[in-house]
Amino acid sequence: MSKPAEYYQRDRSRHPVAYTPGYKTSVARSPRLALISLEQSSSEITGPAFGHNDLGPLDHDLIKNYAKDGDPIGERIIVHGRVLDENARPVPNTLVEIWQANAGGRYRHKKDTYLAPIDPNFGGCGRTLTDENGYYFFRTVKPGAYPWRNLVNNWRPAHIHVSVFGHSFSQRLITQLYFEGDPLIPICPIVQTLPDADAVDQLTAKLDLNATIPLDSIAYKFDIVLRGRRSTLFENRLEGN
Amino acid sequence: MQKLDYLKETPSQTAGPYVHIGLAPGAAGFDIYDHELGWDIAGPNARGERIRIEGLVIDGTGSPIKDVLLEAWQANSEGNFAHPEGGGPVEDGFCGWGRVITDFGTGEWAFETIKPGPVPGRNGKIQAPHISLWIVARGINVGLNTRAYFDDETEANAADPVLNTIEWENRRPTLIAKRSERDGKPVYRFDIRIQGDGETVFFDI
Repeated sequence: MSKPAEYYQRDRSRHPVAYTPGYKTSVARSPRLALISLEQSSSEITGPAFGHNDLGPLDHDLIKNYAKDGDPIGERIIVHGRVLDENARPVPNTLVEIWQANAGGRYRHKKDTYLAPIDPNFGGCGRTLTDENGYYFFRTVKPGAYPWRNLVNNWRPAHIHVSVFGHSFSQRLITQLYFEGDPLIPICPIVQTLPDADAVDQLTAKLDLNATIPLDSIAYKFDIVLRGRRSTLFENRLEGN
Repeated sequence: MQKLDYLKETPSQTAGPYVHIGLAPGAAGFDIYDHELGWDIAGPNARGERIRIEGLVIDGTGSPIKDVLLEAWQANSEGNFAHPEGGGPVEDGFCGWGRVITDFGTGEWAFETIKPGPVPGRNGKIQAPHISLWIVARGINVGLNTRAYFDDETEANAADPVLNTIEWENRRPTLIAKRSERDGKPVYRFDIRIQGDGETVFFDI
């Protein structure tokens, strides 16, 4: 059995730790014992694959994919970027799923009771596959900020939840996209679970005027980086590199 | 000094309370996609024993967490994954991946699949049959990885290289699903304890 080409270890100093009391829900939902480090096996270096047959033609277009009698209310935006690995190689044909609140900050979820109105023309979720160069894009409306029960006066910055698969179970990632210039970013307890300013910056989509469609939609660019991988085994280099 | 020019992995954030909107919108209360992903792990053609796995995800107060999303990843009954590097062919329709959510009222989750076969591990060691699980929810900052093994695989479990990596033998049972029968069908119970007494072993994979 040849040695499988492993994914780089997850740099845990880059991710939030589990126990972050400023974000109260983490207090009872964080393991107290250390994670056990594994040598990767085929269970970790493989993962599910999806194809275009799994998706509908409007799944990436949140302006149209739930529209009933008109377009959703709100600032029309494009969110686009590439999914790359830590070696800066594109991750092609991988599933990217997003979900978000509407322009008023209300989620179309039976558990969301915030007083902002539901938008009859907005579902709030989308999904797409990256192309052969790792490129993806969505069209949507900019989500609104909303209050939540943490400290009594906490407000989430406008954000879009992002879920990415990559090509192995070890690359699986869920994160959030924030928008450049939002004054709520630095005071959000969930953002503050991130260990440093550079990590926050990596989750902040940048205004991309070149990708903006004049008189139509503002664009934000958001690249996503998944774990990289050592090169595959060569017969004359048994340990890989 | 030379600089290493690797990129940095995008940091994780919690999936939040409304993860269903994105990953299981039917559960959020609306239909938007022609079909949702992850509802059929093994497909109709998969060989092997049909099983059900169910449980709770329990927080540090002893309460079931009612807004969890779990994803399962497993080999087929011959130990092959549905992936180019998965070791061999799988049955048509076998994807090995599933996505389930906990019941909003009770916190119970369950999925139906086939029992996986033993999987090659590192250095020629064989791993006991297991299903890899990934758990996200509000309050979980980075998704948690664990594995469900099967309590009727005593011998294989005793030789499993991953279970044996866990130095604290009294923690190994947190990864063993318990078999029983209901209406003549095998059901495995696998409760996951995020924190507190009997905390489940989570892995850094």
